[in-house]
Amino acid sequence: MTNTLHRLQRRDDPKDDYIIFALSSRGVNDEGAMQKEHAFLTVALKYDPINMAGGTKNGPIFRPEKHLNIFKLYLRGRKEFVTPQQLISEVNRPGEALVVFDRKEKLEGFLKEIKEMDLGLSINVSSLVDDVREMAPRTGVKPHSINYALGFRGDLYQLPDRQVLGLTTMCGHGLISSTFAKKMIDMVREKRLTAEKAAGYMAKFCVCGAFNTARAVRLLNESRNQPVSKK
Amino acid sequence: MHVNENKCIGCANCIPVCPMGAIYIRDDGLAEVNQEVCVECQACYRGMSIENLPQQPTRFLRGVLAFFKLRFQPDPDICPTGAITRDELAWPRIIRRTFSDPLMPHESTGIGGRGTMEVKTNDVTGRVKEGDAGFTVEFGRPGIGVYFVDVDRVCRALVGTPVVFQPENPVTALMSDIKTGKIREDVLNEKVLSCILEFKVSIIEMPLILRIIEDATSHLNTVVALGIAIRCDSSGNDNVRKQLEELGFDAWRGKINMGLGKQTNLQSLKEIVR
Repeated sequence: MTNTLHRLQRRDDPKDDYIIFALSSRGVNDEGAMQKEHAFLTVALKYDPINMAGGTKNGPIFRPEKHLNIFKLYLRGRKEFVTPQQLISEVNRPGEALVVFDRKEKLEGFLKEIKEMDLGLSINVSSLVDDVREMAPRTGVKPHSINYALGFRGDLYQLPDRQVLGLTTMCGHGLISSTFAKKMIDMVREKRLTAEKAAGYMAKFCVCGAFNTARAVRLLNESRNQPVSKK
Repeated sequence: MHVNENKCIGCANCIPVCPMGAIYIRDDGLAEVNQEVCVECQACYRGMSIENLPQQPTRFLRGVLAFFKLRFQPDPDICPTGAITRDELAWPRIIRRTFSDPLMPHESTGIGGRGTMEVKTNDVTGRVKEGDAGFTVEFGRPGIGVYFVDVDRVCRALVGTPVVFQPENPVTALMSDIKTGKIREDVLNEKVLSCILEFKVSIIEMPLILRIIEDATSHLNTVVALGIAIRCDSSGNDNVRKQLEELGFDAWRGKINMGLGKQTNLQSLKEIVR
């Protein structure tokens, strides 16, 4: 899986997208991995994560509601996400524990604490490589291996515009459709939806929880002032 | 996937939600899935909320509102009646779901998503060693999809080079001959949301392989997301990034394995001691 690697961004974009995840390998460090993932996610709560996911079949924080009815919809209102505490309590199998932050300082504090906990799980950070190298002396953690994203090749004319790609590439598995992202951009632009609501709708399609709603809100708000794409 | 016509009210909310654009409205006003284009990713089935409204009264209400030039407008992520249904899939169509639905584990590796750990667990597996360049060529990403016939073309272009296809990878598992990179005939016309071809070469060979990949992918009817995984030296540095930048690649975003993984299973520790 390279689901967090190829997010479309410019080098000088605001720094609001840091993903960290923990995972085990079968036969190597998977004994007790579920409890360790619990600990990983619980510590992350201190750093105010944007999105989270763990080993549960119910999905990440942002989830679709399968049992809506007229009363729930119009009287109670939509329930777009569950609390991180509920997500943690639902983790019942070893999987990939993933946390998204919107600030480097949060990642740094979390990484430092995870190193001290010495969980023995493989910990990966997906972000600008320089950011991680810069914080390495303070966290005491050095990069072991790096998978560099080298961009897109092939028939690039098939790709949607940059505004759309900025949103859709935040779900690396490709489950957020470019047409839906375009619809969300248009609805925010037309003031038929708030950027927060639109980001929440998109996040529900990303089953691994890597979608950064804070960044999505920024991109949606920015797209209000940008010319409409001809594509 | 298919749309249950006894439930669909033709609101068209599912159309933009499909990453492949496989859903359309038929002449009779109900939604249908184009089976050739659908990759069985389950985004429509799993991602949409369901309002559980009855079909007939809702259709009637829609008709009345339309008569008065008013619109029935559910939230954009809602299927009002829960009409999207998934099918039992047989070989080779099941390949579509295995590669496109992140929650479906690959039989060959037991891993979900694209079915490979690449360097995410390199600190405990040693999959990519110092001096290796581990290529990840992800076909169909972002959001375009790919037929295996296109994957086969790129694999064949690599024949005669010193690449070693990663054995723990679902695309390698579909090769009928790992030496020639030939993908088995019965899956060539299957389409998936994306899949990762993974192989290793020595860093010295990296510029040559990059040229071959650039050339081979320029003729494809899809896109690829290209990645190169390397093992850092003992101080956490590498000189591959500089080389990549000299070759004209942007290499400033990455996924970094922080080297905190350990052999902790009792059984594996015993084996090490032995």
